[in-house]
Amino acid sequence: MQKYSGFGLLKHALSHHENWQRVWRNPVPKKKYDVIIVGGGGHGLATAYYLAKVHGITNIAVLEKGYLGGGNTARNTTIVRSNYLWDESAKLYEHAMKLWEGLSQDLNYNVMFSQRGVLNLGHTLQDMRDIERRVHANRLNGIDGEVLDAQQIKEIVPMMDCSDRPRYPIMGASWQPRGGVARHDAVAWGYARAADALGVDLIQQCEVVDIIIEDGAATGVMTNSHGVIEADRIGCVTAGNSSVMAKMAGFRLPLESHPLQALVSEPIKPILDTVVMSNHVHGYISQSDKGDLVIGAGIDGYNGYGQRGSYHTIEHTVQAIVELFPVFSRVRMNRQWGGIVDTCPDACPIISATPVENLFFNCGWGTGGFKATPGSGHVFAATLAAGEASEMAKPFSMFRFYDGALIDEHGAAGVAH
Amino acid sequence: MFYIYCPHCEEHREEEEFHAAGEAHIPRPLDPDQCTDQEWGEYLFFRNNPRGIHHELWVHAIGCRKFFNMTRDTQNYEIKEVYKIGQQPKITGASEAAAAKEGV
Repeated sequence: MQKYSGFGLLKHALSHHENWQRVWRNPVPKKKYDVIIVGGGGHGLATAYYLAKVHGITNIAVLEKGYLGGGNTARNTTIVRSNYLWDESAKLYEHAMKLWEGLSQDLNYNVMFSQRGVLNLGHTLQDMRDIERRVHANRLNGIDGEVLDAQQIKEIVPMMDCSDRPRYPIMGASWQPRGGVARHDAVAWGYARAADALGVDLIQQCEVVDIIIEDGAATGVMTNSHGVIEADRIGCVTAGNSSVMAKMAGFRLPLESHPLQALVSEPIKPILDTVVMSNHVHGYISQSDKGDLVIGAGIDGYNGYGQRGSYHTIEHTVQAIVELFPVFSRVRMNRQWGGIVDTCPDACPIISATPVENLFFNCGWGTGGFKATPGSGHVFAATLAAGEASEMAKPFSMFRFYDGALIDEHGAAGVAH
Repeated sequence: MFYIYCPHCEEHREEEEFHAAGEAHIPRPLDPDQCTDQEWGEYLFFRNNPRGIHHELWVHAIGCRKFFNMTRDTQNYEIKEVYKIGQQPKITGASEAAAAKEGV
């Protein structure tokens, strides 16, 4: 792998930037791998990277039916935070946060991680009680957090309407200064490039159409473009399509796939230098480096795989944003899209062994998977390498829905992703 | 925005009046006390979540407030049929597959 550096940029300038190495290979798949990862999004690529880097397993293929990072990795609002309530999930998301903090150096790829702080607004007395509880829980877990009142919020985001005028006035917020945003595409590309450099085969345009099972153990996958590819272990990281993959393997998951929409405005001058989220009025917003306002909110209520949702959902989102920021009322929206999120009944992910031996699933991240990308990959890699759930993955078994040990993160997850 | 025919009101109304209430045809176990943890977990949490033909429960939340069933394609969002609680769907994944085969 050609190392990216300031000096390299200068050197390539001399040849008019025409001699840059390809960022990753485009290999023909082998007949058999140690590990196959189904799904070439951020989580899948991160899994491959950490398997190769931390666990020394390099005979890996990542099978992607479209192109790398073309699913939810390219369709989220790029928010990163770790202020979750319960110990299990707080540890998982904080693990991811710590990896985020060194990620650009680790991958030698600028993922543009910007710790600009995340505000979670409270609009009712109950909101504020929940916020205080969550911030205290965070601090006990070593996660930074503060409870702010409306006046302090006003100092951070001067153009937000913190007065008594709105129907749901802002009473306060939780503030995580280490939270922020990252460049979503760069995360996928950075992981892909680094994994490829360690010998991982990234196979694009290769859809898994069946999982081959012999005597209750997965032995390989049938693909649409390269026939059967065998593997000792298979990890499925297919987000919205996880139920479809599980059906191939003959079991069900506690998941429902919903469209989650987001939209961006035309680019405007820098106006918002932090991330603002509100569970209560249902919306979240940040400004990208390009200048467009990145806006998202809740899922569409029905099941859908269409990567689009209903118009009134967007309308509600924008209503909430204009309520918080009357100054944005005349900003024009530029693009809108939907991604398919696999929501879990307890708003926590599944990183788990399955009823089929040698088949593992990493799914159920619902509306908030992007922030966990490095941690998810790291933990799932440890799980795949060991052949059983790693310490951090144990509470996130799919079998928790049988024994009842759910991790209810609806409060911290809510709409606020 | 879906334009949904409510079988109780017998007219088409906009999606905003309705609320999707999840998968249809999930019978409550007849004797819950006798369920194993796995059976009870399956009943409460595990879902088919198909890509394609799906039978789901909807409620006309700010209309007649009654529940009804809908068969819908989760890929192209086409509403195939609506039918009342207690009735069975005419269109299923299997019947669609058979129709597609005949068409060829």
